[in-house]
Amino acid sequence: MRHSWTLTKVRMRLALRNRAFLFFSLVFPLVFLFLFLGLFTRGNVSAVPYMLASVLALTIMGSFWGLSMQLVTFREQGILRRFRIAPVGAGAMLASSIASNYLLTLPTVFIEFTLARHLFHMREWGNLWGVFILVTLGIITFASLGLIVASVTNTAQETQVINQLLWSAFLFLSGATLPLPMLPGWIQSFALFMPATYLVVGLERVLIAHVGAYAIRAELLSLAVCAAIAFAVSQQLFRWEPESKVPRSAKLWAASAIIPFVLLGIWETSYGHVRSTATTDFMSTVQQAAPRTRGRLRMMPESDAPPSTAPPDADSSDAPK
Amino acid sequence: MTVPIIDVHNLTKSYGAVQALRGVSFSVDEGEVFGLLGPNGAGKTSTVEILEGLRPPDGGLVSVCGLDPQTSGNAFKQEIGAVLQSTALPDKIRVNEALTMFASFYTRHRETDGLLKRFGLEEKRNAFYSQLSGGQKQRLALAMSLVNEPRVLFLDEPTAGLDPQVRREIYDIIEELKHEKKTILLTTHYIEEAERLCDRVAIVDQGRVIAYGTPRDLKQRAAGTSRIELRLARPEPEEALRGLEGVADCRATDGLYLMHSTRVPQTIVSLVKYLEAQGNELAGLEIAAPSLEDVFLELTGRRLRD
Repeated sequence: MRHSWTLTKVRMRLALRNRAFLFFSLVFPLVFLFLFLGLFTRGNVSAVPYMLASVLALTIMGSFWGLSMQLVTFREQGILRRFRIAPVGAGAMLASSIASNYLLTLPTVFIEFTLARHLFHMREWGNLWGVFILVTLGIITFASLGLIVASVTNTAQETQVINQLLWSAFLFLSGATLPLPMLPGWIQSFALFMPATYLVVGLERVLIAHVGAYAIRAELLSLAVCAAIAFAVSQQLFRWEPESKVPRSAKLWAASAIIPFVLLGIWETSYGHVRSTATTDFMSTVQQAAPRTRGRLRMMPESDAPPSTAPPDADSSDAPK
Repeated sequence: MTVPIIDVHNLTKSYGAVQALRGVSFSVDEGEVFGLLGPNGAGKTSTVEILEGLRPPDGGLVSVCGLDPQTSGNAFKQEIGAVLQSTALPDKIRVNEALTMFASFYTRHRETDGLLKRFGLEEKRNAFYSQLSGGQKQRLALAMSLVNEPRVLFLDEPTAGLDPQVRREIYDIIEELKHEKKTILLTTHYIEEAERLCDRVAIVDQGRVIAYGTPRDLKQRAAGTSRIELRLARPEPEEALRGLEGVADCRATDGLYLMHSTRVPQTIVSLVKYLEAQGNELAGLEIAAPSLEDVFLELTGRRLRD
């Protein structure tokens, strides 16, 4: 525990000295914030919580990227093997990855929240306790997924490719950038099997419907179980040496991290409420925003919805039937 | 009878089809500087990394400070220090941070300011690792390896790739440690390093220990012979030079003739006569006392740097 904390402090300092880290963990999320809240809400205060949920989700999901790259680079450069000689275990190294990531992401989340409230005039804070738990579990889960990526890749280049694929899926198929109800039905079905979706929908619920942690217990539980499995698996697969390659069984082990979301996805497909609550939250945002945006926005689920807040160039033909 | 602090018996290790170690055995006493000398690929790093607990052996018995490196975990790591051959630190870590961080991992540790001073890194204490020269990085690695006051110190090619000036600085540091009676296992392919620093040496070649003893004892093998290195204006057949008076053997590499002679004056006289008869001339001549290089050459038929 003491070693984890020492490593966490050092790794935080290293991150703060890294310009690329500062750009991607602070500047980049704030660009998203100004883009989503400034451009897409167009002054509609009621749309701010909805967009803030997306921005927070993107900030949290970004955790896995830098973490996996750093760990793989440390391994490639022979830095990890220097730690291996010392009485430092894989658990301490991995825990410090998650802890430093968490402590470095929290300020960005806080800044985003504060700007949303004071600069973009978000009317209420939402359920702050729920937000805190979701943000915490979200960062830990996505950081743990980063550990899994680092476990199953040998080089920084490979890591980059896997990260790109995962990031694209998280970005476009979870409701983080395009609202879930606007996506085609098959993508919505697929989204039910992705951790990112539960993070996005959970954040929408605590920010828009102001529900507490209990109401999103399924989402929280799946994130927690996913994080626990991912951490245990990555500890199992941890490699200190640059030349030690991924064992064949590693990918199967790694895949086990998504078991909670496979189970949740199956349950959601049959009995779940995620799609309906996502639609409700989206519709309530659209309806509240409608009077100010009438005639300007075209994107919405066709049914009975009035004109809505959404990216002006989105195509309504993608709307679910 | 003292119990050796490092005991290696019949160590074997393979990487796929390549047999890196084929039954390596040796022991190191407490307070001794022991060298593993051999060419690249001889199995030195494999041996030392097994002793550090970084690699599991395929077979054989290993004991360091009475512990098995593979199964003793952190208790073992508390007892050893190491300068690894291929390792690094994060570019943006400061010298003092690195030292303090590693010190904090151990139950027994030295005061880091003293180490910075001793290794001439005081002025660089706030410098980033990426800003250090090769010699400074190696001095930091040595300082870090001593941070826990280890009972055994492993130095894997500590001067490889360093320029002669920096190499001498590192030699001075290792000699200081030697005077402090620190137990050191050193791997090297530099003859002068082994001769200057080591109390005892095991010469390793192709995964085997081919000779074992003090540098002086090992050189006794070549006793009675001197090494003659010569360059000629025109090449001559090795057989002809081997036939000169007193010559025990002769090999030519890149225009350099390396001969061993039991009677140097007679060899030189007959060499000059032979060259005159051939209309050839000496371009260079050097006579030296036998070194560990000669022992290696005698045992393997190859030079260490071949």
